Formats: sequence, structure tokens, C-alpha cells
Amino acid sequence: MNRWLAGLLCSFFAVLGSGVPPAAAQMLMNGAGATFPYPIYSKWFDEYAKVDPSVRFNYQSIGSGGGIRQITARTVDFGASDGPMNDDQLRKAPGDLLHIPTVLGAVVATYNLPGHSKLRFTPDVLADIFLGKITKWNDARIAAANPGASLPDQAILVVHRSDGSGTTYIWVDYLAKVSKEWDAKVGRGTSVNWPVGLGGKGNEGVAGQIKSTPGALGYVELAYAIKNALPAAAVRNAAGRFVEPTIETTTAAAAVVAKNMPADFRVSLTNAPGDNAYPIASFTWLLVYRDQPDETKGKALVKFLWWMIHDGQKYTTDLLYARLPPQVVKQIEARLGEITYQGKPLLAAR
Amino acid sequence: MIAGAARGDRLFRGFARGAALALILLVAAMVVEMGRAATPSFRAFGWRFLVTSTWDPVAENFGALPFVYGTLVSSLIALVIAVPLGLGAAIFLAELAPVPIRSPIAFLVELVAAVPSVVFGLWGVFVLAPWLRTWVQPALGATLGFVPLFQGPPYGVGMLAAGIILAIMVVPFVTAISREVILAVPNAQREAALGLGATRWETTRIAVLRYGRSGLIGAVLLGLGRALGETMAVTMVIGNRAEIAVSLFAPGYTMASVIANEFTEATSDLYLGALIEVGLLLFAVTVAVNALARVLVWSVGGAVREVRE
Repeated sequence: MNRWLAGLLCSFFAVLGSGVPPAAAQMLMNGAGATFPYPIYSKWFDEYAKVDPSVRFNYQSIGSGGGIRQITARTVDFGASDGPMNDDQLRKAPGDLLHIPTVLGAVVATYNLPGHSKLRFTPDVLADIFLGKITKWNDARIAAANPGASLPDQAILVVHRSDGSGTTYIWVDYLAKVSKEWDAKVGRGTSVNWPVGLGGKGNEGVAGQIKSTPGALGYVELAYAIKNALPAAAVRNAAGRFVEPTIETTTAAAAVVAKNMPADFRVSLTNAPGDNAYPIASFTWLLVYRDQPDETKGKALVKFLWWMIHDGQKYTTDLLYARLPPQVVKQIEARLGEITYQGKPLLAAR
Repeated sequence: MIAGAARGDRLFRGFARGAALALILLVAAMVVEMGRAATPSFRAFGWRFLVTSTWDPVAENFGALPFVYGTLVSSLIALVIAVPLGLGAAIFLAELAPVPIRSPIAFLVELVAAVPSVVFGLWGVFVLAPWLRTWVQPALGATLGFVPLFQGPPYGVGMLAAGIILAIMVVPFVTAISREVILAVPNAQREAALGLGATRWETTRIAVLRYGRSGLIGAVLLGLGRALGETMAVTMVIGNRAEIAVSLFAPGYTMASVIANEFTEATSDLYLGALIEVGLLLFAVTVAVNALARVLVWSVGGAVREVRE
């Protein structure tokens, strides 16, 4: 009986096996991580299939935390993260991990105050609102930055992201840089212990809450704000100028920082110097091992990365991401040359 | 032929036993695996995890009390609203409604049960919360504002919104199952009550509801089970603030919501451990509530048997 059953099972699996087409010549490249750049990444993987049909990408947008865990465990060929890995996380990785910037994103302060389409905020005011120290719209310090605007005697309802997110990281990284009190009391992270406010899930949750509540103030991604025509406040940057969040001012933030770029690209762009730099911006990164475990795959990956920082950048504008400034592209080119297989550079072998 | 049948029986019994064992093993494996992953959190916080209210991922200081509170309170609000509504609808559909409309309405009720929870959540964000903020909460505050439950600024989202959304999601379950239970009550019961001169309401109360008590409690508990574990819709309207507030207008947080919100970006072992411990806690609360329910059903079932004897 058992033998008969076993025989049946064997033949069943044999049939299954024969149904699979002969091993495809296509190479599967696995990646996982950040959700924020997912739209541009999937566009790239799509377009790249036309450039090099021999590689197929499988990217799972499971969040930056997941991306870091998976690349550390080597279950994927590349990871992706909105926040740079810290030294502790890098030490835990089994090999030397490189951060490759891909595009830039920005985070904007958006609000619901009928009749005020263009408000301006200074850094200290933003921090104090999120600390719960400024509670009314007609506060003297908000009024000082907005001469001529008649602000109502209305409570400010702070809305933040409830889900762990790279957007939150960029926002609180900025607040921590401009406010010592925020840095000491709350700190930086993809989720933090918010002193005040309500949590909305995702950009749409935050925007939905703001839209339906007069007096609300929160933050969303630049791309989301542009697509949905949300009011976006101008913020005073490190050079003392009020800068409106746009694709151009986001790229400008990276251009200035490029002059003192650390070799590993782990750099925060918030509160960047430069007249035209929007102060709440950030890179998003791909994470790849400097020493690739597989020569063919490594070559294909480096070839893709090269394409991504050159030809790939032209797809950014349509999807409302800010492209890498030319100086940074040059710096990444040099870094790609350092990716090796057993000491042999993979880029030179192209 | 007979030998073959016996073999078939043995095979079938083996399969059924295997399936039952596999289920138990699966649950056990889940608990063990979660316990293992939550170990850093057990070590760091111990019992404090259950009784403290700080949730600070940056300083890695975690306490789960606000989540437990939020889960229990939002589910309680849901039941307070859903049970009278669901039972009423079930009685109407099974006993009072004109026969031609019974089936179509019952079908529609069951249809509501199939709506995905994210749709309820979206509806909650764009319709329910603004409605609560502009109409319901100011009215409640003006009339019942002396009760601490109805104080504070009206945000729309919050514990009340979560409870109402949950109630809407639970009502179809309660209605559908209660209706089945009421339909299963033998007609002899009703005829006996009517024969003794009972009115329609008395008949329903004495002969139908009391007879079907254990089944009706089962219906309510199934709804409660759904309310305790519901994630997406609640996350979208509860305000996601890890604080215990008396007012139902204030934002809250539930165990399922915090896991859904923060799991993807939790990088450190301790943070991940704390979230998994919240998962274990949710598991424990669900088991406890279900056990309580079992006991309740048994005791009520016993009482009914006594009445019948």
C-alpha cells in the first residue's frame, strides 16, 4: 500500500518536474527594502529589461528595516533603505556594504488653514509645534514669519505618520538638527515617541486627516503633495532664505553637500547649506556588498547600477523624484569601480 | 473487499488524526517561535512590559499597556453598539419581516460581511471621522459633556470612531449567525408560548431567545473575536497614539495596529522583540476571551437544559 502510494507520489512529482521549462537563460536579481522609492525602482526594472533582457528583477518593498535585515542575512542580492545603516548595523553584516544613492526625496509641511495657501515656517517654529510648545495658529512666532497673513485663533492639530517610515526619519532628522530639545527629548528614528498629535497611516492617512480637519498640520512626501495639490509650506533653510519645496530645490540640497561627500555616501541632507537648498531632503540608497559572491550576477548588478545613475535618471521627473546632481553621479561612478569579485573589479570587466 | 474497506478506514483515520495534530503543532510552533523572537524584550522589561505606558522606539523603552487597553475598549464599544443592532436585525429577519423580503435582506447583510476591512477604513477616514467631528462629538460634548467619556476636543478620529467602525464590521456576523440560531429554534416552542397566551414579544423573549441563548452568545463572541484582531480599518481611524485616555474622543492605539504600523521598519532585535511580544499578548488576550466565552456558553447551556427538564 505504502509502496504504491510512494510510487504514485513519485510519478506525480516527475510529471510536475517535466512541466517546468528548461532552465531559462534569464538571471533573477532579488532585492528588498524601502517603499518610498518603489515606484521609480519598478519603472527602472521595467525599462532596464529592454536594455538588458538577460536580467530580471524581483524587488519586494517590505520597508527599509526589512531591506537591511535581508541584505545582512544575504537572502537578497541588494537591499534598499531610506535611512543610512548605522555603524552597529554595518558591523553585523557579513561583508563590506556600500550605500549607493539612487534618487532624492523631500518631505513637506502641509496644513489645512483655509485662505492661506502659502505659509512660511522657520525651523524653530516647526520644532516647537511638534514639541507641543506652540499650540495656536496666531502664535507671535508664526505670525512673524508670515507678515500680512491674518492667522486665526485656532488650535494646531499635529498629524504624523503612525507607520514606521523613511519619511518620518527625514522629518525628525531635520527637527533634531534644528532643535536641541527635540534631539534630547525625542531623537531620530523611523518611528518615534511623539510629544503631541495624531497618527495617520501612510501619506494618504496623514493627508486625509489634514484635509478633513481645519487647523491641522503634518508632513508628507513631496511627490505625494505635488500629485494631490496639497499646500506645501516654505521653510527657512540654513542660509536664512525661505525655500519652497520643489524637485529643483531638493536636488540643490544634494549639490551643495556633494562638495564634502563622505566616501560611504552615508550623509544626511537635512538643513543643507546653499541658498536654494530645501532643508528637508534626503537620498535613498541601494545596499550592495563591495565583494560580490557571484561573478556573473555581480557584473550584471554593477552594469545595472551604472545605467541607473546615468540613463535611469531621466525617468525621475515624471515620477516626481529629484535626480542626482552631476557631481554626485561622478562620485558614485568611482564607487562602482570598487565593487569586486574576489578582488577583481567588476565594472572594468564590462 | 472487507479488508480493503478496513484499510480505507485506517487510512482515513490516520489522515484525520494527522490533520488535527498538525493544527495543534502549528499553533505550538508559532507560540514557541514568537516566544524565542520576543526573548530580548522579556529579558529587558519583564513584567513591566504589561503595566507601563511608554512606547519609545528611539530610546528602546517599551510598555504595552495602552495597546491592551485600546484593543479591549474599542472592542467593548463595538459590542455595545453591535449586539442590540445585530440581535434586533436577526429577530426581525427571522420572526417579524414579511416572508418575501427575508431572504434578500439576509443576503445583503451577509454581503456586508464580505467587504474588505481597508474599505471600511477608507470610509472611516473620509466619511465617518469628519461626520463625528462636525456633528456627533460636539453634540455629545454639549449634552453629555459632564461625563468624562465625552470630554476633550473633537478630532473625529479616535477611540469612538474605531469602536463604531468595528461595530459596523461586526454587525453582519452577529446578525447572520443569530438569525440561523433563531431559525433553528423548534416551532413547537413558539406554538407552546402562543398557546399559553403570550404576546409576540413575550414569545420571542421566552421561547426563542432564551432557548437559543448559547447559540446567540456564540454569535456575539464570534463578533468579538473579529473586533479584537481587526487591524487595518482600526489603524486608519483610531489616531494611533499610545496613551490611555478616559475620553472616547481621544486617540488610542490597539495591539494589532502597532504591529501593522511598526513591524516593517523595526530594525533592532529589542524593538522587533517588543513588537512580537505585543503579538503574543494579543494571542493571549484572544485565547483568554475565547476561554471565558466557552465557560459562559457551557454555563448557559446547562441552565437551558434545566429549564427544559
